[in-house]
Amino acid sequence: MSGTVPISWYLVLAALLFAIGAAGALTRRNGISIFLSIELMLNAANLTLVAYSRLWGERTGQLVVFFVLAVAAAEAAVGLALFIAIYRQRRTIDVNRLNLMRW
Amino acid sequence: METAIFLLFAALAVVSAVVVVAHRNPVHATMSLVLTLFSVAVLFVLLGAPFLAALQILIYAGAILVLFLFVIMLLNVQREETPYHGQPVQRWAAILGAAVFCGMLAMLLFRSSLASNGGAPLGPLTESLVSFKGLAADLFSVDLLPFEIVGLLLLVAVIGASAVAKRPTAEERLAPGRRLPEGPLDGAEDQPR
Amino acid sequence: MHLLWLIPLLPILGTAMLGAIGALGAIGRRPPKALVTLIGLGAPGLSLALALACLARYAAIYPRPYEQTLYAWTAGPLHLDVAFLLDPLSAVMLFVVTFVGFLIHVYSVGYMGHEEGYRRYFAYLNLFMGAMLLLILGANYLVTFVGWEGVGLCSYLLIGFYYDQDFPPYAGKKAFIVNRVGDFAFLVGMFALVARYGTLRYLDVFPRLAADPGPALAPYALGLTFAGFVALCFFVGAMGKSAQIPLYVWLPDAMAGPTPVSALIHAATMVTAGVYMVARSNAIYQLAPGVSGFVAAIGALTAIFAATIGLAQNDIKKVLAYSTVSQLGYMFLAAGLGAYTASIFHLMTHAFFKALLFLGSGSVIHAMGGEQDMRRMGGLKRALPVTYWTFVVGALAIAGIPPLAGFFSKDAILAAAAGGGQWLLYLVGLVTAGLTAFYMFRAVFLTFHGEFRGSDDERHHLHESPPVMTLPLVVLAAGAVAAGWLGIPAVLSFGARLDRFDRFLEPTLWTIAGHPRAVHEMGAGTELGLIALSVAVAVAGILLARRLYDRPSDGLTGPQEDAAIAARFPGLYRTLANKYYVDELYDRAIVRPLARLSGFLWKWIDGFVVDGSVNGSASLADLLGGFGSLTTTGNVRNYALYFFLGVLGLFWWIALS
Repeated sequence: MSGTVPISWYLVLAALLFAIGAAGALTRRNGISIFLSIELMLNAANLTLVAYSRLWGERTGQLVVFFVLAVAAAEAAVGLALFIAIYRQRRTIDVNRLNLMRW
Repeated sequence: METAIFLLFAALAVVSAVVVVAHRNPVHATMSLVLTLFSVAVLFVLLGAPFLAALQILIYAGAILVLFLFVIMLLNVQREETPYHGQPVQRWAAILGAAVFCGMLAMLLFRSSLASNGGAPLGPLTESLVSFKGLAADLFSVDLLPFEIVGLLLLVAVIGASAVAKRPTAEERLAPGRRLPEGPLDGAEDQPR
Repeated sequence: MHLLWLIPLLPILGTAMLGAIGALGAIGRRPPKALVTLIGLGAPGLSLALALACLARYAAIYPRPYEQTLYAWTAGPLHLDVAFLLDPLSAVMLFVVTFVGFLIHVYSVGYMGHEEGYRRYFAYLNLFMGAMLLLILGANYLVTFVGWEGVGLCSYLLIGFYYDQDFPPYAGKKAFIVNRVGDFAFLVGMFALVARYGTLRYLDVFPRLAADPGPALAPYALGLTFAGFVALCFFVGAMGKSAQIPLYVWLPDAMAGPTPVSALIHAATMVTAGVYMVARSNAIYQLAPGVSGFVAAIGALTAIFAATIGLAQNDIKKVLAYSTVSQLGYMFLAAGLGAYTASIFHLMTHAFFKALLFLGSGSVIHAMGGEQDMRRMGGLKRALPVTYWTFVVGALAIAGIPPLAGFFSKDAILAAAAGGGQWLLYLVGLVTAGLTAFYMFRAVFLTFHGEFRGSDDERHHLHESPPVMTLPLVVLAAGAVAAGWLGIPAVLSFGARLDRFDRFLEPTLWTIAGHPRAVHEMGAGTELGLIALSVAVAVAGILLARRLYDRPSDGLTGPQEDAAIAARFPGLYRTLANKYYVDELYDRAIVRPLARLSGFLWKWIDGFVVDGSVNGSASLADLLGGFGSLTTTGNVRNYALYFFLGVLGLFWWIALS
């Protein structure tokens, strides 16, 4: 672990994961799948944070990852609860059909 | 050696990420995400944060994704139908946008000094960086406030999730004014096919 | 005299009150006619009383002028105030306007008594009086111009009084628009004055011009000196308001208005505003000999031109209208020659006898039940004796028969022409005098002598007018006789200095430093000879008219005589009868192209460009909005995409800066 892999590679990987996650979040019709993609994006952010923490030799990045993890958990819980509620009402989680905001 | 591990697990992460995003069956997508998370955890280790790697597996893969699976099973989420009818514009715009983002970020990193230490090699992995002791000490001293707030956040999340996902009581079911207005396809799934 | 400002204000108040009681009509109650008459006559009557009182007081401070500033509108170097001036010139005008005006108001009570628009008529007439009084009492060009515009407005309102017919509104518009041309020039003149002297006050401008004429004689614009330019601008304004060539065309058509209106506005007062203005500005005209010559020439040309047209008219009011244009030409002839007092003298006498003639014709028309064509009249002297005799007095006055008023005033003008050596102008004036006598008595004979040529119904309807109408006629006739006696020339007064009028007005004439006014002297013999000549010409005109129309040796009646003349000189007669086709010329050359241009502008510029761009911008907004609304799909993913793209953009911006 003496740093033969340049940090920039990690960062590019994280960017790639983020982009994949973004594409998925914007493209999928299934609400759950969108959620999964969002989790992927969060993960990419975590990777970036840890990489920078390594680069600068500080603990702060890892600390933030800790918090991100907690927040992700909370968010997942609430979001899934929302999906359950929506499903009860509308019998669907196809976001195409959840279009009450349509003008 | 390190490079090999990196490349292997990086590739694995990317591939499984694509599967997550592209696979139509949500259960499979979830499992693929587990694989991605595992790969990223390995990369965490490589970056000198083994505790975080452990946390990632325990919490993320072990708790959050299990929760996902529960909800998928509960709601009996089906495979997404094909063909993908709807807005191809959206799809292409999203993919394109993501690609552009990625490209821009990469370009940025390689051009600026953001990704390097001014040319100097990375310092060695210090005790303070890797061990959990330092992190814990920080959490309970300097960063106590965020820590407590996150705790509060989790509490709120628990309460909120319970409240939102609660089954409506009998009297709520009989008070139709409280319901959302019916959508065009409400009740359509109940019809006999 | 400190109540001077009340004189123009009272009639305007009268208008306001009459307008207010018209509001009663809105709640369904007719305003009582007696009340309308009370206000309609009371306001000008009070003005007259007040004017006479002021004039009596003024005699004490004569020859100094009395100026009253009601309201200082501007501060600083530009002097534009609401101020009134009473000096000999405005005193004369004041007397004429209030006296003749009041008489015509009285006459109108009878003439318009049965009209539906009785209240409206008096409202407009009072407004006219107020504006005219503003015009003559103004102490600066600005107040005068406000009055100038006001009388133009009232002229439009009153010509188009019978608005439910086709022609009167058209005639009103024509009057207003033709006047506008002149008004524009007037404004330009005022602008030049303000630019150069910073003031429009008469008692500022004229003394400065008189004391230091140099700057005014410097070249300015259009190849004229400053004084010449301003003088020309003002004269063009006068051309419009006082119906000189080429802006006279509105006056004959203005006869579409009620006859008292023709008498007041288009004979005695409004049309004289131009003459007043030129006389008032004599300081400027003295410094512009070229323009003054032009004024005289136009005046003479107009005089003879209009007189020839009057020979061939069959409508009694049209004869009088062209006669007015002709007599106004005389006034400008005098003013152009520098004989400003003579032109004002003729203005005053003309007011009396022309108003008399118009009101008399109104009496005739009233008796004829609305008929105005002389060919259908005849022999009315038996049925309308008072009208007849007063009309004859007026006709004699205008023909210039001594000792009636017109003789003295017309003679003064001819003497000025001859004395100045302007023999061509004198000749034109002389010939016009003969023509005037001729056509005037042609009208007299056709209307009052011979056998009645109308229908039997009309014959039974013939009656003399009520006293409310005949009394003003008599008063005016007295004026037509006596007014001239204010200006008896020295040569006829056997040593007594009876030319009071000229002497009275003397203080209003400015003497320019270094440019002494030419004094036209003629030998007594020459002058008497010229007087005899003009009288002879007038008498000859009357006799010729009598020969043709009253006692034809060939037994033809009046209209048949006209027809015979027309047969002998068909082209000439037709040209005169059709007023030299000037209206048609204007129509082709000016009115129609303008109408076409307006139509084009309306359809294309206004309709297409302006409306198009306004509607187009609305459509564009609509279109863009339509596009915009495409983004509100209600689909969360779309919104997420927008988020993402926005973040991308932000990222790009931050990264690349």
